[in-house]
Amino acid sequence: MSDLTAKTIAELRDGFRAGDFSAREIASAFNDAVAGARALNAYTVETPEDALASADAADQARQAGELKPLSGVPVGIKDLFATVGVDTTSGSNILKGFKPPYESTVSANLRSAGAGMLGKLNMDEFAMGSSNETSAYGPVISPWKRNDGGNAALTPGGSSGGSAAAVAAGIAPGVTGTDTGGSIRQPAAFTGISGIKPTYGRCSRWGIVAFASSLDQAGPMARSVRDCAIMLEAMAGFDPKDSTSLDLPVPQWEAGLSSDLRGKRVGVPREYRIDGVPHEINALWDRGIEWLRDAGAEPVEISLPHTKYALPTYYIIAPAEASSNLARYDGVRYGLREQGEGGLEGMYAATRAAGFGAEVKRRIMIGTYVLSAGFYDAYFNKAQRVRALIKQDFRNAFEQCDVILTPTAPSAAFGLGEKKDPLAMYLNDVFAVPASLAGLPAMSVPGGLDSQGLPLGLHLIGRELDEQGVLNAGLAIEERAGFTARPGKWW
Amino acid sequence: MSVDTRTVRHIARLARLKMSDAEVEAMVPELNNILGWVEQLGEVDTDGVEPLTAVIDQKLRLRDDIVTDGGIRDAVLVNAPDAQHGFFAVPKVIE
Repeated sequence: MSDLTAKTIAELRDGFRAGDFSAREIASAFNDAVAGARALNAYTVETPEDALASADAADQARQAGELKPLSGVPVGIKDLFATVGVDTTSGSNILKGFKPPYESTVSANLRSAGAGMLGKLNMDEFAMGSSNETSAYGPVISPWKRNDGGNAALTPGGSSGGSAAAVAAGIAPGVTGTDTGGSIRQPAAFTGISGIKPTYGRCSRWGIVAFASSLDQAGPMARSVRDCAIMLEAMAGFDPKDSTSLDLPVPQWEAGLSSDLRGKRVGVPREYRIDGVPHEINALWDRGIEWLRDAGAEPVEISLPHTKYALPTYYIIAPAEASSNLARYDGVRYGLREQGEGGLEGMYAATRAAGFGAEVKRRIMIGTYVLSAGFYDAYFNKAQRVRALIKQDFRNAFEQCDVILTPTAPSAAFGLGEKKDPLAMYLNDVFAVPASLAGLPAMSVPGGLDSQGLPLGLHLIGRELDEQGVLNAGLAIEERAGFTARPGKWW
Repeated sequence: MSVDTRTVRHIARLARLKMSDAEVEAMVPELNNILGWVEQLGEVDTDGVEPLTAVIDQKLRLRDDIVTDGGIRDAVLVNAPDAQHGFFAVPKVIE
């Protein structure tokens, strides 16, 4: 049955409906693959019984002729989506053992659509990281290796690193991720898969452990653009429990897929040609432009003049929101408690010192500083003003083009332990962060391999609510890139 | 603007993070490195630019002022490190 784990969500769904195989066969194949891939450290919890129970329900639904959109398809869930009765820790010691009595809206939507759960996926602690190395469970190991004969363990990217590794390794056909400043797109690029962050507000944030609330968005990661469309349709939708949820119908993104881009203009932002990016990445970008031209689109050069200020803006706003959001971890209502010294205050400080990792503490400190009396205006308000300018840059650009094409990340996957300086790590999200600050839909699709045999991604940014335009351009690239490389199995 | 050990201690107290002297010392250059980098925003002319308050323009919804949830005390307390008599329990705050 190992061939089942090589199939896309669309193939699994359609084959199951046609009666080529049962949902139980699919779930069993993936459960076995998950159990056989623990060397990747991709799952923090495995839930094979859950996957089998959903599969049995799907098999019965097929008999009864009551199929749902994802009947027969098991998925992996990033560890920051609350799942009833199943550990939800956001990769942090401070939430170790936390079993939510409620379900996140996104994972509940997937369940309502018939999907089963294979398990919870490892991630950077509170989604703060780009390499998965900040996880309290230890880093996920990418299934990919360099072709240099060495055996260096590589990062799958982050923060949705377990999610990305799981899809790349064939231990989940599709997964949920979240993206605050590139956490879906960068790991998708590093592992040769597709992933889309929809418009801010498309997916409910309810039940997702909060990092930076004005930036956090859930999205799917999978093997193909079509699979992303299928999953996103199931995940998205209005939710009165999230005050920023968009009260709009969910488009039929899968039915709307078309790689015919005639009449579309593709913006190529000149500010994304930055120093220090390997030639191979710019060369792939140029190929991507030609692929979209071949699909009928007209490339146009555009300018996003505030691009270089996006990262520093992000590293004020995201830590500021994080410092507020993470104030809830106080050892009272859930998670870890350390007694400490000095009564209640001492308990708070000892609990947080013991429960948070170094990167999370660093960001809480920065966030607390930029929000503190006397500095709020100079840092936080200044950053929100620059953010308004970044948003305006995109508005101006979309008067000249319909979708924007850039590289996803400025490098291929790097080795675990290779980036020790926090700033160097932050710079990895240089191409991903501007769309996050502007709340725009954006996706990464695989474009090719670099000279070391590692995947590189291409990045598409669309207008607000135009996920369809992003998916369609992604599909045009997918059809032309012909990316079929898979990591050789060593685990 | 740069921070010193005194400022770091102050911020750590505001953030309710217990830090040893060594951790405070180590945090000073790390924060200064990051703060020095974000200060490049000073180059951007933002005169007359309103700070962004909504990522996607939308009206905040109002709902009827009625109870929609509740009566789930046990579920609320189920993950508490210490729950007693139907309440969250904390270290003594009044002598």
